[in-house]
Amino acid sequence: MGEAVQSMVGQIDPYLLQIVVIIGIAIVLALGLNVITGLTGQLSLGHAAFMSIGAFTSALLTIKLQTPFSVNLLVTGALTAAVGVLIGYPILRLTGDYLAICTLGFAEIVKVIFLNLEITNKAFGLSVPPPISATPLPITVWLVVFLAITLVSFIQNSRFGRALKAIRCDEIAAEAMGIDVARYKVQSFAIGTFLAGVGGGLYAHFISFINPSDFGFLKSVDILSMIVLGGLGSIPGCIIGSALLSAAPEFLRFMATYRMLVYGGLLVFMMIFRPNGLMGGINFMEIFLKLLGRKPGMKKLQERWRQP
Amino acid sequence: MFLQQLINGLALGSTYALIALGYTMVYGIITLINFAHGEIFMVGAFVGLLMVSTFKLNIFLAILIAMISCMLLGIVIERVAYRPLRKSSRLSALISAIGVSIFLSSLAQMIFGADAKGFPESAFPVHQIRVGTADISTLQLLIIGVSAALMIALEFIVKRTKIGKAMRATAEDYNTAALMGINVNMIISFTFALGSALAAAGGVLVGLLFNAVSFNMGLMAGLKAFAAAVLGGIGSIPGAMLGGLLLGITEVFGVAAGYSSYRDAIAFTILVFVLMVKPTGLLGKKIQKKV
Repeated sequence: MGEAVQSMVGQIDPYLLQIVVIIGIAIVLALGLNVITGLTGQLSLGHAAFMSIGAFTSALLTIKLQTPFSVNLLVTGALTAAVGVLIGYPILRLTGDYLAICTLGFAEIVKVIFLNLEITNKAFGLSVPPPISATPLPITVWLVVFLAITLVSFIQNSRFGRALKAIRCDEIAAEAMGIDVARYKVQSFAIGTFLAGVGGGLYAHFISFINPSDFGFLKSVDILSMIVLGGLGSIPGCIIGSALLSAAPEFLRFMATYRMLVYGGLLVFMMIFRPNGLMGGINFMEIFLKLLGRKPGMKKLQERWRQP
Repeated sequence: MFLQQLINGLALGSTYALIALGYTMVYGIITLINFAHGEIFMVGAFVGLLMVSTFKLNIFLAILIAMISCMLLGIVIERVAYRPLRKSSRLSALISAIGVSIFLSSLAQMIFGADAKGFPESAFPVHQIRVGTADISTLQLLIIGVSAALMIALEFIVKRTKIGKAMRATAEDYNTAALMGINVNMIISFTFALGSALAAAGGVLVGLLFNAVSFNMGLMAGLKAFAAAVLGGIGSIPGAMLGGLLLGITEVFGVAAGYSSYRDAIAFTILVFVLMVKPTGLLGKKIQKKV
């Protein structure tokens, strides 16, 4: 079976496959940030730092310990989440922009530390061998994407997710309703950073060469743009935003030097025309149910409410 | 040694303070982190460089022209990228700001190329003045002098003029200010113009100090200045000045103590620790949330 899959993957155009893998990794990262920023409403500008922690941990696990890829990713995620909790515990009591700048500062500190550590090969960067696994990397990436989407959708509709949304809407009111705000914030941070770590591990093995400078402020901003563009807190938005923004530089390649110029302009225009993101405010479940004829639209519900 | 490093730190810190003021004023008035501010600083540096090297202008005139052109740039950016988003979520405005930032830096890279450019020798004659044990260059004096003059001018505009009063009123309460007959749109444009002018002056001064102007100089400088603004308490003008000077001085002392490879982390480490102890920055007001 493994060989059949391998030959199937081998038949796809490598360039296209590469874009598909980039999109997959971006989705995992964006879903992680979506839990922190989209669901819980805590603006984090340091997602790339957790990605880099994941990338280096995963790379070192493969290089030094020859860990099988599935175990590797799990350990990487758990370790990144542990760091996330350690960092999150003190800084999550800050609010709004103070939290944003703190995460940003943390990201810069992590970058500089990695640039000076012996084990991460300082500023030279680390070559990562291919993952130790029978499944081809693109399949692994999309398996992880599938699992991540499942995880986040379960979270979104669970009691836990509702608590997070309550914190997003109004922290004080949430606290008054008996929600342990500090604990839920740290937990959401742990989940977000877990996904960031896994995404980083996938990234390291896909790109096969990592340098601490790759995970700077711009990378964090990239991921943030994906979830805001797609629509905060929306999983389909997350997927579309990541797909659009991670593929955009490739599709804009024909413009060569104008590429980043157009990218910057696009961000501004998209925000002006859809300030809540492409998928913001669209409830897919409702549309789906309406199509099936199972659930009346909001308008009908409101009318029924008015006429007792 | 101590005095020497203190002067170096003051010179670097006052440029941070100049940029931080723009962040803090814009934040104070529309609670937007203007991520394009670092790029305005970069454009200011390029305009100054162009004026000095191509048009052979005096450095002070170059600073003035850079300030005026960045004022216009700031107003245009606000009009195009932020005003349509004023009513929507703050994150969308933030992404729009990041878009502007990417746009401007790649535009600069296209026009001026990827390599750093230096000011010509004749731009500003540098002499060393010996004071006690320290060597102070005239360039450092120029930087500290121009920054101090600009900050005093800003303090005067904000505290003593009618438009300054309107700015403070708008920062206090946007809607009430509008009801009192203040043209808030005009005031916001004016705030962007003021902040951008300060950033442009900072850009030319930093370009002179390091003798390098490049398309990506805005990113790190912008982040550090933002850190300075938050350190001082974002929204507070004296806070931004204090935060900028503090960051500049500690960075210089950190490098002097032998941590030069950790240079960029020093500013942020201080920031994180200060925020742990005092979550609203050094001079920030604690806002009591009403339920």
